[in-house]
Amino acid sequence: MSDPDHPATGTLADLKAATRRHQPKEPAREHLPERLYEKREFVHNKRIDGRFRRFKWFVMFVTLAIYYGTPWIRWDRGPYAPDQAVLVDLAHRRFYMFGIEIWPQEFYFVAGLLIMAGIGLFLVTSAVGRAWCGYACPQTVWTDVFQHVDRFIDGDRNARKRLDAAPWTWGKVTRRAVKWTIYLLIGFWTGGAWIMYFADAPTLVHQFWRGEAAPVAYITVAILTLTTVMLGGFMREQVCIYMCPWPRIQSAMLDEKSLIVTYKDWRGEPRGSVKKAQKNPDSFGDCIDCQQCVQVCPTGIDIREGPQIGCITCALCIDACDKVMKDIGRPRGLIDYATLEDCQREAAGEAPRPIWKAIFHPRTIAYFLIWASIGLGLLFALDTRSHTDLTVAPDRNPPYMLMSDGSVRNAYTLRLRNMESRPRQMIVSLVGLPGGVMWTDTIRRRVAAPQQTFTVPADQLLTVRAYVVAPEGTSETDFDFRLASLDEQGETDTVKTRFNAPGEE
Amino acid sequence: MANKHIDEATGTETVGHEWDGIEELNTPLPRWWLWTFYLTILFAVGYVIAYPAWPMIDRATGGMLGWSSRGQLAKSLADAEADKRAIADRIGAIALEKLPADKALMRQAVAGGAAAFKVNCVQCHGSGAAGSQTLGYPNLNDDDWLWGGTLEDIHYTITHGIRQHEDDDKRQSQMPPFEGAFDAGQLDAVAKHVLALRGKSKDNAEGAKLFADNCAACHGPNGGGDRKLGAPRLNDAIWLYGGTKEDIEKQVLNPRMGVMPHWGGRLSPVTIKMLAAYVWSLGGGEATPGEAKAGAVSSSNRNGSQAAGQAEASTNERP
Repeated sequence: MSDPDHPATGTLADLKAATRRHQPKEPAREHLPERLYEKREFVHNKRIDGRFRRFKWFVMFVTLAIYYGTPWIRWDRGPYAPDQAVLVDLAHRRFYMFGIEIWPQEFYFVAGLLIMAGIGLFLVTSAVGRAWCGYACPQTVWTDVFQHVDRFIDGDRNARKRLDAAPWTWGKVTRRAVKWTIYLLIGFWTGGAWIMYFADAPTLVHQFWRGEAAPVAYITVAILTLTTVMLGGFMREQVCIYMCPWPRIQSAMLDEKSLIVTYKDWRGEPRGSVKKAQKNPDSFGDCIDCQQCVQVCPTGIDIREGPQIGCITCALCIDACDKVMKDIGRPRGLIDYATLEDCQREAAGEAPRPIWKAIFHPRTIAYFLIWASIGLGLLFALDTRSHTDLTVAPDRNPPYMLMSDGSVRNAYTLRLRNMESRPRQMIVSLVGLPGGVMWTDTIRRRVAAPQQTFTVPADQLLTVRAYVVAPEGTSETDFDFRLASLDEQGETDTVKTRFNAPGEE
Repeated sequence: MANKHIDEATGTETVGHEWDGIEELNTPLPRWWLWTFYLTILFAVGYVIAYPAWPMIDRATGGMLGWSSRGQLAKSLADAEADKRAIADRIGAIALEKLPADKALMRQAVAGGAAAFKVNCVQCHGSGAAGSQTLGYPNLNDDDWLWGGTLEDIHYTITHGIRQHEDDDKRQSQMPPFEGAFDAGQLDAVAKHVLALRGKSKDNAEGAKLFADNCAACHGPNGGGDRKLGAPRLNDAIWLYGGTKEDIEKQVLNPRMGVMPHWGGRLSPVTIKMLAAYVWSLGGGEATPGEAKAGAVSSSNRNGSQAAGQAEASTNERP
């Protein structure tokens, strides 16, 4: 099995070079410079069944179920908050996710989740390669859905190719009309599901069909319908190859220890038909050049050319090749998930390492630790955050006021935050201001006192204009506003602020 | 192009530049990309025809659609005005004393008043409405009112102004100058008595007698002032023109008497109403009689002692 041409070091470039040497008859490209564009060949991928295809079905079902189903999950939060489990309430600036409610100033939770998602991608990539691209990316999932629509309406690969080339007869027009209508319905359903995350889903559905929903709902649905049909129905692999930054980033993240879908060229080359190989067993490899791996590929690449940006590692070529190898009685895995390192070991005749070694290596562990520590940090912050908060903004103009009895008045804007889904009584007191009393824009001066009680509405911020008066002769001093909730939680918040007064004359 | 550079590994033409052995591939674009590019060029042509675009000597070409940023601004302003119309109509229709009870409308009135205040009033009263003791503009945040601190009082003062010549319903009062009437000793005694009215410094019998003879008719026997007459309260801690003995002596000899323009006829009735609401809301506003206890006094020139709550009415301006 040892190939004298095969280099000892195992970098991507080496492997690429090695595979390229085995490439048969590269088409002549002399006329290339005249072309301003790369002509696109629409990919009609062939139907295939196998363990990876079944896994893809499973992932598709789960991800679509999550996407379409989540807004319909109910979650009881009592009478003062919506009962939708996941809701981005832009109008009221609240984000609900099951038992968690996030206010705008807590957006760092969302930022943390996004960072986790990013690092999660790195983690997945370093552990199992481009699994995100191959199975879970919305572009992949929806493209898969649309390709199945193609197959359902127009038949499999060859039938579709024929239909594409056929003139526009009535039959073709009908088929196309039906297919594109289905495209539009899928797109519409996709866009329609999206807006459900931003309002109470059952209500919105009613409003939507009665024409009572907000214009932005219709516009969003229209845009998402179009983008879904455009990206999933027509652009498909072009998005992955030309538009998406992720494949570029991935190519920087993969190394010889990364799990990728790879063609074992030392086993397959040189290619030859079964008959030829029977006549001349020593001069041919296992690849019979049946093109099945190319035909099933949803991005239309030839995996035998080596790792490339167009490969989303959906592993359908593995299914296709395994099936062929089984039919002709050769061992499976000519195309397989493997790391480049393993490929070389295998090429050198050594036993392959167990797969877990490819998954658990230092880089995955490091990513996992970072990912998990951010997650734990978020959980800790979520658990320990206070549901009560006070902010104080002193009036700066005028900084203080003399009252007719000689006392000194300062004005403050207090904001009492109640993050519970029920109205709460809260008491605000002055601490460290001898003789100080306060009243507010709603509490009359005749009941001025060192502390006042407020009812803060459920899940809201109560803005209070507070007037604090200290007796004549009080000089400038720091003091505290102290907020305490009058319930079993007994949460408190203390804010230090300044009391201004006229200086000595 | 005579000498094409073809990259050996990919078979693709390069752009011909080389940096330390690194060359740039001239990879063909996807067709949809190229079409999109052509479309943007088409769009640009259409845009230049439809919208102002091409700079000429004194202005740019107008564009077929007749759009202009000024026109858009004018439309936005008209739209904003139309949006405010409904609220302004409601504020105009509601009775002044009922305004504070309508919390939402009051909030809108205060916000509108704050905006109008910043345009029309800050020149004298200051952006925080704190006035200026040096210049003699009263502070509108405190609980001391020369002419009354209910919504109606404030509304009246804003509408008709103080001591100006253009409105016969203006607030009017006058304090005679005592220059020549008091000698130095008498002046000293009166000033000391005025300072003692709060009960915080030593009084003197001569000053008390002079005060009773000359000042009490307007300012009241205890210096409590009289809003009806426009006589400021003297027994509180707020002094419009300064509270030192020197300040008081100056004011006795040659009284300063502030002037305020009338805004009725200049600002719309709704704006004046909103201004009144804003000033009233600053923290010293007094309750309308009907709201607290029944004070059967005319709304515009009420006596200070009848003010509701602790917000005692008084005056301190030297008319």
